[in-house]
Amino acid sequence: MSITRRDVITQSAKLLILTPAAAAFLDYLRGETTELEPKYKIAEHYWAMTIDIDKCIGCGNCVRACASENDVPDGYFRTWVERYQIDAWPDEHPRVDSPNGGHDGFPQSKAPGAKSFFVPKLCNHCAHSPCVQVCPVGATFETQDGLVLVDKSYCLGCRYCVQACPYGCRYIDPRKQTVDKCSFCYHRISKGLTTACCETCPTSARTIGDLKNPKDPIHEFLRDNSVQVLKPHMATGAKAYYKSLDQSVR
Amino acid sequence: MQPLVHAVEGFMYPNEVELQWSILIVLYPFITGLVAGAFILASLERVFQVEEVKPTYRLALLTALAFLIVAPLPLQLHLGHPERSLEMFLTPHTSSAMAMFGFVYLWYLMAVLVVEIWLDYRKDIVLLAQSSRGPLRWVYRVMTLGSTNISARSLRLDDKTGYIITVIGIPSAFLLHGYVGFIFGSVKANPWWSTPLMPIVFLFSAIVSGIALVMLMYIATTRIRKQRLDMRCLDTISRYLFYAFLTDFSLEMLDLIHRIYEADESFKSLDFMVHTRLYFSHILLQIVLGTLLPLALLAYTQLFRPGEARRKVIYSLAGVLTLIGIFAMRWNVVIGGQLFSKSFLGYTTYKMEFATREGLLPAIALMILPFAILWGLVKLLPPWHEESVQTLGGGHGGLSR
Amino acid sequence: MKDAAHLLRLAALFAAGIIFFLLVRQIAVPAGFGKYGHFRPGAIDDVRARPISFAGKAQCEMCHPDQLKALLSGKHAHVACEACHGPQAKHALADDPMANKPVLPDTRVLCVRCHEANSAKPKKFPQVASADHSGGEACKSCHVPHRPQMN
Repeated sequence: MSITRRDVITQSAKLLILTPAAAAFLDYLRGETTELEPKYKIAEHYWAMTIDIDKCIGCGNCVRACASENDVPDGYFRTWVERYQIDAWPDEHPRVDSPNGGHDGFPQSKAPGAKSFFVPKLCNHCAHSPCVQVCPVGATFETQDGLVLVDKSYCLGCRYCVQACPYGCRYIDPRKQTVDKCSFCYHRISKGLTTACCETCPTSARTIGDLKNPKDPIHEFLRDNSVQVLKPHMATGAKAYYKSLDQSVR
Repeated sequence: MQPLVHAVEGFMYPNEVELQWSILIVLYPFITGLVAGAFILASLERVFQVEEVKPTYRLALLTALAFLIVAPLPLQLHLGHPERSLEMFLTPHTSSAMAMFGFVYLWYLMAVLVVEIWLDYRKDIVLLAQSSRGPLRWVYRVMTLGSTNISARSLRLDDKTGYIITVIGIPSAFLLHGYVGFIFGSVKANPWWSTPLMPIVFLFSAIVSGIALVMLMYIATTRIRKQRLDMRCLDTISRYLFYAFLTDFSLEMLDLIHRIYEADESFKSLDFMVHTRLYFSHILLQIVLGTLLPLALLAYTQLFRPGEARRKVIYSLAGVLTLIGIFAMRWNVVIGGQLFSKSFLGYTTYKMEFATREGLLPAIALMILPFAILWGLVKLLPPWHEESVQTLGGGHGGLSR
Repeated sequence: MKDAAHLLRLAALFAAGIIFFLLVRQIAVPAGFGKYGHFRPGAIDDVRARPISFAGKAQCEMCHPDQLKALLSGKHAHVACEACHGPQAKHALADDPMANKPVLPDTRVLCVRCHEANSAKPKKFPQVASADHSGGEACKSCHVPHRPQMN
């Protein structure tokens, strides 16, 4: 069989033109079918959370409420509370505990004289999220309104994002074998409600805020207090701002 | 699965207690490392004219192929939703090193390894298509792609093309295994993993493991075929193994010294972990038994030139220890990186189960499978001269090679 | 060219494979993927579609203005209803709220969650060692939960 150079060129050219033509035709047949909820305008919001360490009493309401609102499986946590106890300085090794994530509160400390406080933690919905960066398929993503969400019907369960999160806020839901984490109760805040954890916090230690809303109290909070994010050296753009965060907090 | 609260020492973030990546994820870099290393050894002859290692050329390629076929299996078993793995091809997230897996794997399998094997074996395939009987004949006929042209000119063309493929194949092999190192090395959240040296250390340890594997395979298969070992070949292979191992060891020591010297916030926690939970796998298996001892054995053969019989024993022993050591290295990276808390205040344990999806049993099965595949490949595409002559001698008559 | 025919066939095989892949891609990539970023836009709707468990204080206010008035006059003014009463969306948002009548929480168990003395709690926060304070009696026997102060 003799193939000339000309034949090769002609055949290749045909393929090069036909393939995108076929692709475009298929696209036309399928059409685009998504429609986002019209009342909540994504571009008008940018969410962040403030946490006041001076006010947290470690009651565990937030942990229980979140588990209830978001169907969180036992033993895994979308949010949790840690207790820090520092006996002496230099405090190279604070004593930290989080019994069942603080779900049932905390037993009395064995060293009542130590400096101690509670630190609630959750997904920081990082603006430069390392978890989004490493997802191989786009099953976790940053939205325009500042949230990092998970697409549970797309997630492969590879667990790379769990490894990449510096804060330990992601876990694999054993029932669905996909990743899960705090969503800032997006299903609530997009309807004008507050998050489950903020709703049930009895001391208002936790507050969700909309940075794009000029009337939101978060602006005053951030302006008038010393705030810090967890692991600032990681430059994740974390958006959970802590007031009175001690330097011992990991 | 119940969280392992009882196995925690100190404090761990509540979601950290359970390990995410199991022994299957230890296996994957080990397997791709063997592939990359075996290919590099093959390319020594093809591209760098180290013709002493020619007796292992085809064996190295087939070994690489057998292991490459198995490589995606531990990943598939590990995934929460393996049926969605096609997504990596459909919507790869280009910022994720893991997303390139599908493409790099497919590229390396099809465009490099399969093509190179095909080009090298093409003459044999054409002849086997004519001489064999039964269903096997159809297998060979398909493999010829319908062309029976084995003229001298076409074979020369194959040779030139094969050379180019090998040249492309070397950086491809680096990419196939290097990206795995990058997957770990780029995770800033994990100080045990996060270092620019990680892809390079992975790559050199891959080369070491691949060379050791092919060396052992060559010794084993030659013994099975009751043939004489080409000592010049073995001596050359072990020399390259020695050099690669020295480089690998130096790189790992560099990483260690750097960590100890800088002593950043993670150091105390990691140091404690290595001396307690990782003592057996890191200090004993990886460093002493798996690196220092084989290096000493190989150095002995280089410096003192013992007799043939003794060299064979030393090479075999060094090869086995090397493979154990490199496996231990993968274990220490993957499992070790998950044993300590990112708060640097605690540790957990890895409870490896036995007969579950990610347990020891499937891991063992996955390590045996490549050898079974290799056995099949050797039967289908005999790497050795004498056997191909025997197959052809019956029906076809004379063959010159 | 004759001697390269087999190589051309190989190249053609690869080309066919790539084209097949491109066509599969067209069919299998979810609709709208990449429109707002590297994700499936339907995912945002999926997250938003989750049913609500906590109705929110504003909802309770609509039917229970008296309780709210008492609450606002006391120390628990800023505590949400569901912080103590638990998730009540099924009750508050239902057509027939009485179908999901909430159960009153037991104050023996409820109150100590916040008010049991713990050295890690802020010093100014009202807390007692309940065993010494009430000797096992329910908090309700002295305190009114919606207006807990004793004066």
